[in-house]
Amino acid sequence: MDTQPRPSAPGNKAVQEIPAVTIRFAGDSGDGMQLTGLEFTRATAIAGNDLQTFPDYPAEIRAPAGTLPGVSGFQIHFSSEPVFTPGDQPDVLVAMNPAALKTNLKDLVPGGTLIVNTGAFIDTNLQKAGYTSNPLTDGSLASYKTHEVDITRLTELALKDSGLNAKEIGRAKNMFALGMMLWMYGRPTEPTMRYLKEKFASKPDILAGNEKALQAGYNYGETAELFGVTYQVKRAAITPGTYRNITGNEATAWGILAATKLSGLSGFLGSYPITPASDILHELSKHKHFGFTSFQAEDEIAAMCAAVGAAFGGTLAFTTSSGPGIALKQEAIGLALMTELPVVIINVQRGGPSTGLPTKTEQADLLQAVYGRNGESPVPVIAASSPSDCFDATIEAARIAVKYMTPVFLLTDGYIANGQEPWLIPDVKRLPPIEVRFRSDPNNFFVYQRDPKSLARDWVRPGTPGLEHRIGGLEKDKLTGGVSYDPDNHDAMVRLRAEKVERIAQDIPPTKLHGGDEGDVLVVGWGGTHGAIYTAVTQLRARGKAVSSVHLRHLNPLPPDLGGILKRFKTVVVPELNLGQLQKILRSTYLVDAKSINKVQGKPFKVSELVSRIGELC
Amino acid sequence: MTTIAKLTKKDFQSDADPRWCPGCGDYSILAQVQTVLPELGIPRENFVFVSGIGCSSRFPYYMNTYGFHTIHGRAPAIATGLKMSRPDLSVWVVTGDGDALSIGGNHFIHMMRRNVDLKVLLFNNRIYGLTKGQYSPTSELGKKTKSTPAGSIDAPFNPLHVALGANASFVARSYDVDPKHLQGVLLRAAKHKGTAFIEIMQNCNVFNDGAWEHITDKSVKDDMQLRLEHGKPMLFAKGKKGIRLNGFTPEVVTLGENGVTEKDIFVHDEKAAPSLAMLIAELMAPHFPTPIGVFRAVDRPVHHELDQAQLAAAREKKGEGDLEKLLHSGDTWTIS
Repeated sequence: MDTQPRPSAPGNKAVQEIPAVTIRFAGDSGDGMQLTGLEFTRATAIAGNDLQTFPDYPAEIRAPAGTLPGVSGFQIHFSSEPVFTPGDQPDVLVAMNPAALKTNLKDLVPGGTLIVNTGAFIDTNLQKAGYTSNPLTDGSLASYKTHEVDITRLTELALKDSGLNAKEIGRAKNMFALGMMLWMYGRPTEPTMRYLKEKFASKPDILAGNEKALQAGYNYGETAELFGVTYQVKRAAITPGTYRNITGNEATAWGILAATKLSGLSGFLGSYPITPASDILHELSKHKHFGFTSFQAEDEIAAMCAAVGAAFGGTLAFTTSSGPGIALKQEAIGLALMTELPVVIINVQRGGPSTGLPTKTEQADLLQAVYGRNGESPVPVIAASSPSDCFDATIEAARIAVKYMTPVFLLTDGYIANGQEPWLIPDVKRLPPIEVRFRSDPNNFFVYQRDPKSLARDWVRPGTPGLEHRIGGLEKDKLTGGVSYDPDNHDAMVRLRAEKVERIAQDIPPTKLHGGDEGDVLVVGWGGTHGAIYTAVTQLRARGKAVSSVHLRHLNPLPPDLGGILKRFKTVVVPELNLGQLQKILRSTYLVDAKSINKVQGKPFKVSELVSRIGELC
Repeated sequence: MTTIAKLTKKDFQSDADPRWCPGCGDYSILAQVQTVLPELGIPRENFVFVSGIGCSSRFPYYMNTYGFHTIHGRAPAIATGLKMSRPDLSVWVVTGDGDALSIGGNHFIHMMRRNVDLKVLLFNNRIYGLTKGQYSPTSELGKKTKSTPAGSIDAPFNPLHVALGANASFVARSYDVDPKHLQGVLLRAAKHKGTAFIEIMQNCNVFNDGAWEHITDKSVKDDMQLRLEHGKPMLFAKGKKGIRLNGFTPEVVTLGENGVTEKDIFVHDEKAAPSLAMLIAELMAPHFPTPIGVFRAVDRPVHHELDQAQLAAAREKKGEGDLEKLLHSGDTWTIS
């Protein structure tokens, strides 16, 4: 437990209470906007608000300073009410340079608050951003509540005796901006101070400089005449318990460690660096004391193959990647399904096709996951619906893999992978174990004999005497596992593999409806669109619309009760960040005339977009 | 500890009948492997044979051990994952010239630079046999095959050069129809810690018959083979000829001619720098005898040992991983 929220800023400023606010920090890639955003988030969470965040950073290689492609942004939506999205549009924009203003101003709500670092609005920066006149003086910002602060110079003044050089001082201006914003929303500076102490433990000069800049920004807010008011967002009414902030990629990595612990096996990750999945590899590499081996392979194919090799050895195996990397892994995924070995394949989806939009989000790999291999090759597919849900979804994927002896796809996406939200930390002792049984009895052993209920074959660890056997990618005899070209056997095996995946449906809990059991419109969603769909449906219901939603975790097989639910609504609509992939599956599975709401801009749905488009149907 | 009854060749023969073409060199290689394994004192259940795709890759089916017939070119990657997660197993990779050097080239070199503790048998017949006769990455320039009716325009790989270039810690060459030599090399490989690579010159009597005849045929082998032995001068032709280094250029010399004595002959050193092994690997017919035996055998840190040491060091420093502690690390707050 940490610091309680401090009462809003002292002094003679008015305090205005607001229910929710969305702030976007934007600056050059080198300005430290992600750090500023994360630190503001930390303070906000500790202050007891519900929140969601979304970073929006440019492609990996740093674009030239001050240019439009180099702009990096971080958005946070926090409220005294439950929050399910990072906010459609910022109410407040902090722009650290002209390029940041240019690329982000169009998103700011009409009449919104704009805080501009005037120190960066010099001719060269204006030119780089493509401004022909200075927006601070040409009247183009008249419709916004604009606060001009020379953050660059104020930071320089604060640190003039710090002993830091000009470059180091320049880097500290994000802390000044953060200090100012913390003051404006009555947030404590202590969590950030603690973080800085940890981060710069070995660089006392830099530490002192950053601390000073943060405090200077905070003090500036308090004393400057600029801001007439500070804002207070009250604590949200949240389920009691201990919370932390977590991103989707962190939750996935921890889910991998948790699943490994719960299975009692040793764990293995085969991975290859790819945006936006690499952070899972980084995170796991930090926790070797869990006895977990993370392996950076020579390529995507090898990463998957190494996981298959580990699974053959009786290890709980994972691979993590994103769309194009998954395309490379598919042949080896086919091998895992043919040899019936458990591997969890995590696809942090990004914009495609091909290299596509590495840093942007999309949901266009659903069909790749369900169908993207040669032959009749069913693989179970599940999806996580929010950053923290990645933890549970990862454990669920591992459970299915081991129980049914099959590769399993877990789909997340760039939006929830990098997005952050508070997470009610689960009681580890209450997580159900993942049951693993290795065969050791050599009597009547047949490699492909199956559990009658799950249709899973026995998992055998090499090293077990008397059970030596050979498996491979060639078609198997349905009992002995030996190579078989027999036509009837192949027919039987193709059907058996399909049936085995279908049987996973027996473990899927009843589908939860948000809203009434029947009505005009059923919105069916999956994956990272949960927050936007849930909020949009809540708003439409508040307007009296007979609309409900379901959000699918299990995409292959689908929940057994879904067909019945679809029939109880006049219209079924599927919002997706693709051109209708789940819609196609629902249509072909249930012969239902499902409608589609599509968006493929590399960006998540806005609540307002969904409200208006779903609203058209009811 | 229970003593293990000594295994025999028969213990390693599976109930599947080998289905290579009659006369294939693979039969002999299989027999030599089955002969050598009982010598290692490793329980049968601790052996795993991993293969890719191709004629050679049928090999695991005929071994009564654990076996994994995987996908084209990927055996080294699959075996790497297996060995990292199960260091207790003796993992062997069986591959061919197409499997290892064409479709699987990337995995092949990375396995070696990492020094993964795998025994790698590359059956080199300089042709694609399973797909019925296309040129392979070791086929000679100008080779006429079904896919190269006008002759191959691709210069071939020397498998040993690839292995040495990837800093393989054990590099050897033998051939299918010399049981004694092959067994000796297999035994050395089995006992090596780290990646042990053997190129086995193997005859495909259907699609590329006689590819190695000019080296392996009884009538020429004394003159056309240079049997490498650590610390011994590189002599061949029953000791009458040898290899001398003239600067960086090897040359064939005859003992007793032009004052050449055994002292002038280059002495083989398995521990020498890879560049020296490269030089020896360049010796090729028709101007030179083809060296067989162990080109290089050096100790390098072994991949899984490094991994295990990191895991142990992390436990030593932080204690056994505690999930609850992890979940509660960093900033948390409690709502009551």
